[in-house]
Amino acid sequence: MNFLARHRIILPVVSLAVLLAATFYMQPRAMSYFGLNLLFNLAVPIALATIAQMMIIMVNDIDLSLGAFVSLAACVTATFLNDTPMLGLLILLALILSYAALGAIIHALELPAIVVTLGMSFVWGGLALFILPSPGGESPGWLRTLMTVKPPFAPMAVVAAVIISIVTHLLIIRSGLGTVLRGVGGNARSVARAGWSVIWLKALAYGLAGLFGVLAGMALVGLATSADANIALRYTLLSIAGVILGGGEFTGGKVSPTGAVIGALTLTLAASFLSFMRLSPDWQIGAQGAILILVLTARLIFSRKGVET
Amino acid sequence: MNPLTKPWIWSWLAAAVAFGLTIGLTAGHGAGELAYAALSFGAFAAIVGLGQMLVITLGPGNVDLSIPATMTLAATLALKAMSSDPGTAFLGLCIAIAVGLGTGLANYFLIFLLRLPPIIATLAASLIYQSIAIWSNRGLRIKPPTGLADFATGRFLGLPNVAWVGLLLAVLVWILLERSVWGRMLLATGQNLRVARLAGVPVELVRATTYVSVAVFASLAGYLLASFSGGAALNMGAEYLLMSIAVVVIGGSSISGGNSNVPGVWGAALFMFLVVSMLNSYGAGAGVRNVLTGTIIIGIVIAASTRRVRA
Amino acid sequence: MLDHESALIVTLVDAAKHFGPVRALDGVSLSVAGGDCIGLVGHNGAGKSTLVNLINGGLAPSSGNIKFSEGATALVAGVRSVFQELSLCPNLTVAENLKISHSALKGPGWRRTARAEIRASLDTLFPGHNIDADAEVDTLSIAERQMVEIAIGFAPRGSRARLVILDEPTSSLDQGIADQLLTHIKRFCASGGAVIFISHMLGEIFEVSNRIIVLKDGKVVAERGSGEFTRQGLVDAMGHVAPETIEESGPKGDYGPEVFSTSQGLSARQGEIVGLSGLAGHGQAEALARLYLSRSSAWQSSKSPEVVFVAGDRPRDGVLPLWSILRNISISVLQQTAKRGFVNRLAETAVAADWKTRIGIRTDDVKNPILSLSGGNQQKVLFARALASSAPLVIMDDPMRGVDVGTKQDVYAMIRAEAVKGRTFLWYSTETEEVCQCDRVFVFRNHEISAELTGADITEEKILGASFEMQEAS
Repeated sequence: MNFLARHRIILPVVSLAVLLAATFYMQPRAMSYFGLNLLFNLAVPIALATIAQMMIIMVNDIDLSLGAFVSLAACVTATFLNDTPMLGLLILLALILSYAALGAIIHALELPAIVVTLGMSFVWGGLALFILPSPGGESPGWLRTLMTVKPPFAPMAVVAAVIISIVTHLLIIRSGLGTVLRGVGGNARSVARAGWSVIWLKALAYGLAGLFGVLAGMALVGLATSADANIALRYTLLSIAGVILGGGEFTGGKVSPTGAVIGALTLTLAASFLSFMRLSPDWQIGAQGAILILVLTARLIFSRKGVET
Repeated sequence: MNPLTKPWIWSWLAAAVAFGLTIGLTAGHGAGELAYAALSFGAFAAIVGLGQMLVITLGPGNVDLSIPATMTLAATLALKAMSSDPGTAFLGLCIAIAVGLGTGLANYFLIFLLRLPPIIATLAASLIYQSIAIWSNRGLRIKPPTGLADFATGRFLGLPNVAWVGLLLAVLVWILLERSVWGRMLLATGQNLRVARLAGVPVELVRATTYVSVAVFASLAGYLLASFSGGAALNMGAEYLLMSIAVVVIGGSSISGGNSNVPGVWGAALFMFLVVSMLNSYGAGAGVRNVLTGTIIIGIVIAASTRRVRA
Repeated sequence: MLDHESALIVTLVDAAKHFGPVRALDGVSLSVAGGDCIGLVGHNGAGKSTLVNLINGGLAPSSGNIKFSEGATALVAGVRSVFQELSLCPNLTVAENLKISHSALKGPGWRRTARAEIRASLDTLFPGHNIDADAEVDTLSIAERQMVEIAIGFAPRGSRARLVILDEPTSSLDQGIADQLLTHIKRFCASGGAVIFISHMLGEIFEVSNRIIVLKDGKVVAERGSGEFTRQGLVDAMGHVAPETIEESGPKGDYGPEVFSTSQGLSARQGEIVGLSGLAGHGQAEALARLYLSRSSAWQSSKSPEVVFVAGDRPRDGVLPLWSILRNISISVLQQTAKRGFVNRLAETAVAADWKTRIGIRTDDVKNPILSLSGGNQQKVLFARALASSAPLVIMDDPMRGVDVGTKQDVYAMIRAEAVKGRTFLWYSTETEEVCQCDRVFVFRNHEISAELTGADITEEKILGASFEMQEAS
């Protein structure tokens, strides 16, 4: 076991640093408070969505409905939470609880999560359309203020990313309950044998995913000031990519919250970097794919070296 | 044998119920038109579904998320090469299939050589295919050659031509899976890759051909869809991402691999179209329609799984 | 010793467990008290794991009852089990794994407590162990994982371990570590704890236990103080069938040319039955898998394969669970009988029917699912799969697990007959008795070949000697 394999967090950090350095090289003016703010503007909701996806991947499932769910949360935020805060809050709470219930059902009936969440993506998407048939709504004022606050030293997006990663690190890596949750991904049978109720633990993991999904939707509305039913559909795939970029694995409960946040930042930065490169817009999406492949290949080379030594 | 034990029966039953409820509203009027439309539109879902089914049969974690991008790329390049000239339909078909072979091999290359999980590999690759499509298309909408467009929208013996193509492919896949050595090897690989390898199955060959097949099916669907709808559009494949997985699962194939179900894919493809037209004809808005579609998908999955447990 | 009655931990009265028509455990009465160190022995399928699972609460009895003297559940009563299959979470650290089974451990600083507790337990059990409490379990070796698991079993975890059940705990430990464990068990029992110790190493059983229980066909057939048993008496009580001397044809010596030879030193000649022996987990299975993979391709299937594989770990390596018996057998001959890439269904059916009778698969129809068969019959299917193929080299990875004695004899005879016809067999077995029937034996130790035995040299003593030889030096 070598250093890199043991400290899985290093590679995501290095990839982000390299990408950041390249961006600064292309566009030195980005190396400022406002530059950074611009670069990472949309990182907060993506980071929250990635954390949500990580909760699901942590228990060996995968969530194909996250994008639709974040869109729905955004729609609720831009309408009910703005107009009738109490009702809005209740709806968001109900959404989180329904996510937890989903986890319990998936475990109890031994359903394939990929299919159930696929079906749920239609449900969430439909509910979002129901609430906001056409783009609109408005961000609650306090949320707008929160998302555009200008803290000293570092821009809001960076500060928020650091806070998110610290909080989730404490929750998932440091806390006892988080440890048990990761244990469910590692060896659910031994966790059950030690007297834990796996169905509750799964419900908890899904509930946490719901919570972070809702937070992602709120953050998105705070930035975008309005919502529509398709606002976050691409988050499903972005969040999966973010978790994997951050050193997580699809099975075995091997996840890293800090890594996931860094993965989300890397994905956001890749988009900004490409626009700085004055790459033809035709190739922007493709270059994102190429970056994704490149980073994962780098990880593969390093971890394979680790096996050889 | 009790027909209810056949996993594909449920998707056909569901399709029949949706069909019955829709024409029940019009007291039987328009049944022929509805069936014709269902066969036309269902054909595209069935073709990509057949491909996705092969990949899902490979076992847990295997899925192709690049189907929409491959469809778009194949359609774009094929239509560009044909540039609406008459008599170029075959050239276009060859180009579409070549695109499928190319993307399939590229996907497999990423999965095998770079050891990326298929979900991530096909996702990342699809971004690149999408870019190539954007770059080559430049926002122009090229019409398919008239002959090809006539074929794609035409009918033969009362059935839409695209449905014939879909049926032909379904029969082909069925024969491959049930009767050929390759099909057996695919089913063995999907149950347990290690066991298959130790039993002498060339698992990498099976995986490579499967990932190429799904891409070829997707490119074919893209080629037909573009001809059917009068040109390629950049988002033409988007709805087929979830659709391709949904028809496989509703069709009764096991999501954990090793068990596939060809007739079920067609039943599910018809159902997915019919349920939307049913909800439309009952005046449901887009929101309600989606919610009900999702609920029905989950309902079918739960019904299928509890039936399995009892059996 | 403590007063037996007052220190009672668990009592079973006529406990039975049925799985459908199978009586895995058929009415067992047993009481365990502090100070007891019970050796539990019995053949495969005698009901040992079922008994263990009843005591630790993993299974509920079909009839009879189980009483704990303290609390209602095994967990509360301080009953712990250490299983044969590793049951740690590989993605967590050693200390975090302790936390999983110690639910009272919470609040800030739990990590420090967990670390201290597991360290203390490891230090007591295995002085000089060198295991880092913050290492993730999947970075540890198999032996280290087993040590961690044992240490968690004995750790206090908020209360006190009163009864620890150890199921083959020494199978992946080397002699020195195993001795440390045995020493600890004795110490633990002397201080009022109880242990149920399952092992196929009779020496260990005699060394630690003060009472031995022999299970056979789900019943206790003997229960006495360990001093009242002799080794032979114990073996007889288990119903051990003395190895029948099969066709003393003597060394044949008329083997064909060498079929292969690996850099590791493994080699075989045509028509030879080559045995692999040594302690479990010393690289035999890996060597076989490597050999198989290097001589077959993942890219093309051949009409005349060079090599076939008989798996012993059926779920992992052998059985295709969704398929019928027929398809499970025919997978190895599909390519040989195929016509233009299509399955020759007549040939396939004929092969399956032929082997059903030849090897005696107990089923009324080969179209039945493979999972409808018992373990031993599934194993016969795997033999049929391999022998039906024309491959000249047959690799067998401990293929007799869960196979009854009668079948074993049939299969031995079949292997011998095939070898005479010129097939080469490479046979890894954990049972020395089986290895002794081979023409040549390679003994493995620490992933290397430590001895090559031929002819009259193939004896249990020599094999054991080569398995342990360098123990002191390391």
